[in-house]
Amino acid sequence: MLETLIIIFLATLLYMAIANRMRNYIKILVFQGILLFLVAAFHLKDFNIFNLVVILLETIVFKAAAVPYCLERIIRHNGITRETEPYLPNFISLLIVAGIVVGSILLSGSIDDLILDKFFFVGAVSAIFTGLYLIVSRRKILTHVVGYCVIENGVFILSLAVGNEMPALVNLGVMLDIFASVLILGIFANKIGDVFHDVDIDSLNKLKD
Amino acid sequence: MITAIYLAAVFCIVIGLVFSRSRVLSDLLGVLFLGVQTLLTVHAMLHQGCTELNYFSFDAMGLILLLTLTIVSYPTLLHSRIYLTKPLSSPGSAAVYNASCVLLIAAMTMGYLANHAAVTWIFTEITTLSAAMLIYHHRSKLALEATWKYVFVCAISISFVFVGILFISLALLHDGCSELFYTDLLAHKATLNSFWMKLGFLFIFAGYTAKLGLFPMFTAGVDAKDKAPAPAGALLASALMNLGFCGIYRVYSAISGTPVADWARMVMLIAALITLFIATIYMARISNVKRMLAYSGIEHMSVVTLGLCFGKAGFIAAMLHIVMHTFVKSGLFFHFTQLWRVYSSKMIDDMGDYLKLNPFGALVLLLGFVSIAAVPPSGLFFSELLVFKAMIANGSWVVFAITAFLLTVLLWAFARSIFRIIFLPATKPVEKIKISPWESVSQLILFVLAAYIGFNPPAFLLELIQQAAAMLQ
Repeated sequence: MLETLIIIFLATLLYMAIANRMRNYIKILVFQGILLFLVAAFHLKDFNIFNLVVILLETIVFKAAAVPYCLERIIRHNGITRETEPYLPNFISLLIVAGIVVGSILLSGSIDDLILDKFFFVGAVSAIFTGLYLIVSRRKILTHVVGYCVIENGVFILSLAVGNEMPALVNLGVMLDIFASVLILGIFANKIGDVFHDVDIDSLNKLKD
Repeated sequence: MITAIYLAAVFCIVIGLVFSRSRVLSDLLGVLFLGVQTLLTVHAMLHQGCTELNYFSFDAMGLILLLTLTIVSYPTLLHSRIYLTKPLSSPGSAAVYNASCVLLIAAMTMGYLANHAAVTWIFTEITTLSAAMLIYHHRSKLALEATWKYVFVCAISISFVFVGILFISLALLHDGCSELFYTDLLAHKATLNSFWMKLGFLFIFAGYTAKLGLFPMFTAGVDAKDKAPAPAGALLASALMNLGFCGIYRVYSAISGTPVADWARMVMLIAALITLFIATIYMARISNVKRMLAYSGIEHMSVVTLGLCFGKAGFIAAMLHIVMHTFVKSGLFFHFTQLWRVYSSKMIDDMGDYLKLNPFGALVLLLGFVSIAAVPPSGLFFSELLVFKAMIANGSWVVFAITAFLLTVLLWAFARSIFRIIFLPATKPVEKIKISPWESVSQLILFVLAAYIGFNPPAFLLELIQQAAAMLQ
C-alpha cells in the first residue's frame, strides 16, 4: 500500500512538469497533502491519538488546506493569469522530471543502508529536486512558492525515510516555522502583486552592485 | 528557570511592542528587553555548562556569542530609536520594527544556546522571518525585492539544513541513538557512519552559508543588509552571521578528528576562498557604502572559516576575529545613519568632505575603517595574523598566498572608498547639518573594545574560547 502511495506521489510530480494552469498546481498540492497524510498514517509504528493529531495537523490541515487556500487567495487577489509560463516547453520539463525520478532510483540503488527506506528515499529526493527545478524553470513568483512547498513535501517524506522521530515539541516548532515561512512568502507575493502589478520574477531585477 | 522567564518575557514584550503606538511605552519595553537579555547573559555566564528547558545549554560557544550579542544589542536599540525619530517613522511601522528587532535578537540568543540540531534550526528560521520584517521597513519597491529574495533564499537554504540534519540523524540511528542533541553527536563521534555524515555536513554547511554569508548562498544577505535600516543591518551583518557559524561549528565539532574531517575542511576551504575572491571583485568596483560594508562582512567570515579549517590555533584566532568583527562591523553600520543624514545618499560618488561636515563622526569613521581593515592598532589585525600563522604552521603556503593577495586588494578598495568620503571634496554642494558627537560615542566604545580585546584578550574570554576549541581535534 505504501509503495502504491509513493508511486502515485511520483506521478503527481510528473504531472506538475506539464501542468499548464496555476490552479492545477494548487490542486496537486492538495492531493499531495492527502497522500502524505495516508503515507504517514500507514507508516506510524506507535499508533496513538497524539501522533495522529500531529500528522493530521501537519498534512491535512496545513499542507492540504491552509497553504493551498492562501495560494488560491493570492491568485484571485492579484488576478494572476492561468498560464504557468515556463521557460522551457512542457515536453522537455517532463523529460527532466522523469530524469530526476530515474536519477533518484539509481542513487538509492547505489546506497547500501539497512535503516534507510529506499522507496521513501526515492520519493523524497525526486520531490526535492523537482521543487528546485520548478523554481528555476518558471517565471511567476507564485510557482516559486509552489516549488518551495514541493521541496517541503520532499523533506517530510525524507523524515519518514530516515525513520527517526523527533520529539513532539521540536516537530511542532518545525511545522509552525514552515507554515510561517509559506505565509510570509504569500504575504510578500501579494505585496509584489500590489506594487509591481505583475507577479513575475523578471520585475525583481533592480538590486545590483 | 531563567530561560523560561526570558522566553515568556520576550513573548510579552514582542506582543506589547506590536500593539504599542506610544514612544514612551516602546522605549520602556525596549529597556525591559535589555534587562531580561542581560539577566539571561549573566545567569548563563554564572551557570556555565548547565542545561535549561532540556534544549538550551550554556556551553562555551553559546556563551561567547551570547555575550557579544548582548553587548551589541544595547547600541542597536539605541540607534534604532534615533533611526525611528530622525525622520519620525509612523507609529505603525515603528511598532513592527521594534517588535521584529527584539524577536531577531531573542531568536539569535536561543539559536546560540540550543543544544539540539532541530532546535537551532527552528530559531534560525525565526531569524529569517523577523529579519524579513526589518528589511521591508521602508515599504519601497527595492526593499520588497530584497525582502522577497532574502526570505526565499533563506527558506530554501534552511530546508537544506533540515535535510542535512535528517542525514545526520540517520548516521546516529546506525549507532543506536535516536536523539539529535549535539552531545549525542560528540559521544558517538568515533563510530558515526562517514557517508551520511559527509552528506549531512554538506547540506548543513550549504544551508547555513545563507546566514554566514559564504558562497553559495551569500547573495540574498548582501541585498538584505543594503535595504534594511542601518541599525538592523548591523545585526544582520554581525550577530546573525555568527549564528550561521555557530550552526556549522556544532556539526563540524562532531566531525573533527574523524576521517571525514579532511573532506569537510576542503569543502569549507573552497567555499571560503571563492567567497573571498567574489568579495574582492565586488569591492573593487563598489559604489554603495552599505553594500561595501556587506561585502566586507563576507570577507571577514571567509577569514573566520579559513581559521576553522586550520586546527585549534586557527579556530582560536577565528573566535577572536568573530567577536571583534561583531563589534566593529555593527559600529560601522550604526555610523552609516549619520552618513545618510549628511548626504541623503548611499553612493560613494555623492560623498566627500566628511571631515569638514561632521568632524568627530569622520574621525570615528576613520577609526572604524582602521579597525575593520585589520591594520594596527586594530584588534582584528592580531586575529588575522593568528589565522595566517595557523596556515603557515599547517604548511598551506598556497592558501596563505591567495588569501594575503586578495586581502591586500580588498584593503586597497576599501581604503579608496573611505578616504574619498572623508578627505576628498564633495562632487556636489552639501548643506552642513548638526550631528551631536554623542551619537558617535557608542561606535567609539565598540571600536576601542575590539582593539582592547585584540591587544589584551580578557582571561575569561580566552578560557571560553579554549573550551570551545577543546571540542575540536
